Amino acid sequence: MLVVEQLLNGLQFGLLLFLLAAGLTLVFGIMDFVNLAHGSLYMMGAYFAATFVAWTGNFILGAVMALGATLLLGIVLEYVALRHLYGRDHLDHVLATFGLILFFNDAVRLIWGPAGLALPLPAWLTVPVQILPGVYYPAYRLSIIVVALLVAALLYVVVMRTRIGMLIRAGASNREMIGALGINIKLLFTLVFGLGAALAGLAGLMQAPILTVQIGMGENILILAFVIIVIGGIGSIRGAFMAAIFVGMIDTLGRAFLPDLLRKVLSSTAASTAAPAISSMLVYLLMAVVLVVRPEGLFPAAKR
Amino acid sequence: MKPVFNLRNVVVALVVAGLILLPVYSALTGKVFILTMFTRIIILALAAASLNLIMGYGGMMSFGHAAYLGIGGYAVGILAFEGIGSGFIQWPVALLASALFALVIGALSLRTRGVYFIMITLAFAQMAYYVASALSRYGADDGLTIYKRSSFGGLIDLSDRTQFYYVCLACLLGGVYLIWRIVNSRFGLVVQGVRSNEQRMQAVGFHANRYRLVCFVISGTICGLAGALLANNTDFVSPAVMYWTRSGDLMVMVILGGMGTLFGPVIGAIVFLVLEELLSQVTEYWALIMGPLLLLIVLFARGGIMGLLGRFSRG
Amino acid sequence: MAEHLLRVENLVRRFGGLVATDNLSLEVVPGELHAIIGPNGAGKTTLISQLTGQLMPNSGAIHFAGRDITALPSYRRSGLGLARSFQITSLLRDFTAADNVALAAQAHAGHSYSFWANARKERPLREAAHAALARVGLAKRADVLVSELSHGEQRELELAVALATKPQLLLLDEPMAGLGVTESQRMVALLKELRKEVTIVLVEHDMEAVFALADRITVLVYGRVIACGKPDDIRNNEEVKRAYLGDQHAVTRHG
Repeated sequence: MLVVEQLLNGLQFGLLLFLLAAGLTLVFGIMDFVNLAHGSLYMMGAYFAATFVAWTGNFILGAVMALGATLLLGIVLEYVALRHLYGRDHLDHVLATFGLILFFNDAVRLIWGPAGLALPLPAWLTVPVQILPGVYYPAYRLSIIVVALLVAALLYVVVMRTRIGMLIRAGASNREMIGALGINIKLLFTLVFGLGAALAGLAGLMQAPILTVQIGMGENILILAFVIIVIGGIGSIRGAFMAAIFVGMIDTLGRAFLPDLLRKVLSSTAASTAAPAISSMLVYLLMAVVLVVRPEGLFPAAKR
Repeated sequence: MKPVFNLRNVVVALVVAGLILLPVYSALTGKVFILTMFTRIIILALAAASLNLIMGYGGMMSFGHAAYLGIGGYAVGILAFEGIGSGFIQWPVALLASALFALVIGALSLRTRGVYFIMITLAFAQMAYYVASALSRYGADDGLTIYKRSSFGGLIDLSDRTQFYYVCLACLLGGVYLIWRIVNSRFGLVVQGVRSNEQRMQAVGFHANRYRLVCFVISGTICGLAGALLANNTDFVSPAVMYWTRSGDLMVMVILGGMGTLFGPVIGAIVFLVLEELLSQVTEYWALIMGPLLLLIVLFARGGIMGLLGRFSRG
Repeated sequence: MAEHLLRVENLVRRFGGLVATDNLSLEVVPGELHAIIGPNGAGKTTLISQLTGQLMPNSGAIHFAGRDITALPSYRRSGLGLARSFQITSLLRDFTAADNVALAAQAHAGHSYSFWANARKERPLREAAHAALARVGLAKRADVLVSELSHGEQRELELAVALATKPQLLLLDEPMAGLGVTESQRMVALLKELRKEVTIVLVEHDMEAVFALADRITVLVYGRVIACGKPDDIRNNEEVKRAYLGDQHAVTRHG
């Protein structure tokens, strides 16, 4: 059934957005660092995946290598450039990472050329899987859902149940405290940034076979990640999860069903002009509503 | 007291004189390209000046200012498409539409602060981009061609390059003058005070957010004018004008020139756009240089060019 | 009830598990200088913040000049005549002293939606600013940037800014904090003069100043009022002595 398929698509998109937003909110929560270039890491994940899969001929191996490469890239970026910006005005972060976006986009253009890349799926991932009697869903999209849920669960366990996670939560609500505890701040920050980069890269490489791998793909989705953080709440990974699923659903279902819905109410031409415009606006309208009703977000982490 | 003839003022005076005399230079040397390039620079300088009003003086870091360039531009473009070619109608509509958009977005966004404000203004501007991309009647992604520039009866002919240049320059200088007056008025002092210490201003009796909102609307309106000019300049308007990286460009111009100074954004726009032009002639991959350059500016030259000039005049 | 300028009824404010203001009630009579003292952590600044609207209480009521202002936003309270100086100096650092005071005067002299005329050239505002500055002894420092003023001068400027709003009630949060001996004496002399024109609520640690100035003293411990009365009564109050026994340093001056 179309509805079930779209629901799953919405879930899948939402989970992907969560991976991206989680990395962003972690970095912002712990290091108070606004990273606009997060979308670039997403893009690099996709480009690395397309390249490594083509080199090795093996989808899983290529994906794992891409993940590792993005993690490494994130760590190098943090070490070389970004750590000098900690403690500065957020505006400085925005400008500097904006510069990085420009740099990355051109670097990618230089190395891989202006045309996008394609990442074809191996045969075993293109088969439709029967999830309900009579309802089939592509195996790959199903695997995205599974992997993303696993990562989300892993993230939950790490953040809520381990010592490192405790430091992360403490850092999110009180940055000075973790310094006072004598923890190696620099190492923690580098690791957290690396984790964020890995999450972004994972989202990028998983999305790559579905959308084209192209320059600027990071920016479009980064804005959605921002919207999710605003809706979900300040520094809250749980909030990011809820908001991401919500946003993913609304965006996917809206684009899928709104044109038909509108056609029942308006004339055909009016509907076909209005529908795409309204569908693209839906997520932002949602954000606007949240801002009016609860500006601190739906599930804010800490009351500062 | 600072002497009038300090380095900053001298540089500004030279720049203004240069801008006024530019068409003469262009006519004498026959380099038409300089005239068209600087027309664009002047228009974007006006946009940057409007952003500086809320960023430098108001402390509101908006990452969505390019939306007003689009709104102003589309006001002109859509009206022209529907047969209304008079500038007397198009431009006021551009201003009004920008003001309304700023009012709604501002009222929503100002419920947040800091990074969230940056993200939200970014999101709303991108929303405008997506909406414009969906307007198939008006060209959607491909954009809308404007076959005739705004007409002002017999008063002025915008299709004449030189006349158009001076109209833009008049708008820029007028806009900067207006901003100067606003900044030193009762309203401007309150806005600056709110930037400096909101708690203190609330304590003496000012409703901080209301003043911020009004400032935000003024800024958006001025930028809407820049949008109308830009559409006339390119005889074309498309969603790309509102793409979020353009908002970033405007921010860079403001910071580069010197945030919170009157002529900073103008200098910043000139330097940024000329640099962009020069670099793109050297290499196709100019962003490889521009990107790290931005990083370095942020790390070492936060006061921008006006800041550097100020330091030299004190020394 | 109308003779109380300020009346606080059963004010409660919690921060998570901590009760900062614990069923606090007090009244201030017009014309008096009412001091609020208490050991560190007693909740004095929390109380002031609720009175001026920076913080909202969880329950209870605040009445000012006969009006219930409990839910009124802070910028509205200033218009009613409630002015405050901050414990941690809160001024416009990149403006001059005169600018700071003139802006406070401007807030109470018509609307500020005028966009053209140069506000720094408005005679009445500038004169009012100079008058307030002269009052606190800062006339000569009018055109100095706040960031370049000494700490003591900044505390005096806080007072001038509060005065410029023509208040009925002046809430002073530790105006002596960080002042040296001479500066403190100046501040006490200044307050002695001001009390003739405006009702003052003074939160202070400096006991000499408190006992020299106050008509009545309220003692706060853990967010509760444990005593309220004339200075002599408070001096001899057993509970008060016990509360301060562990806080001997509170009797001495800072800086």
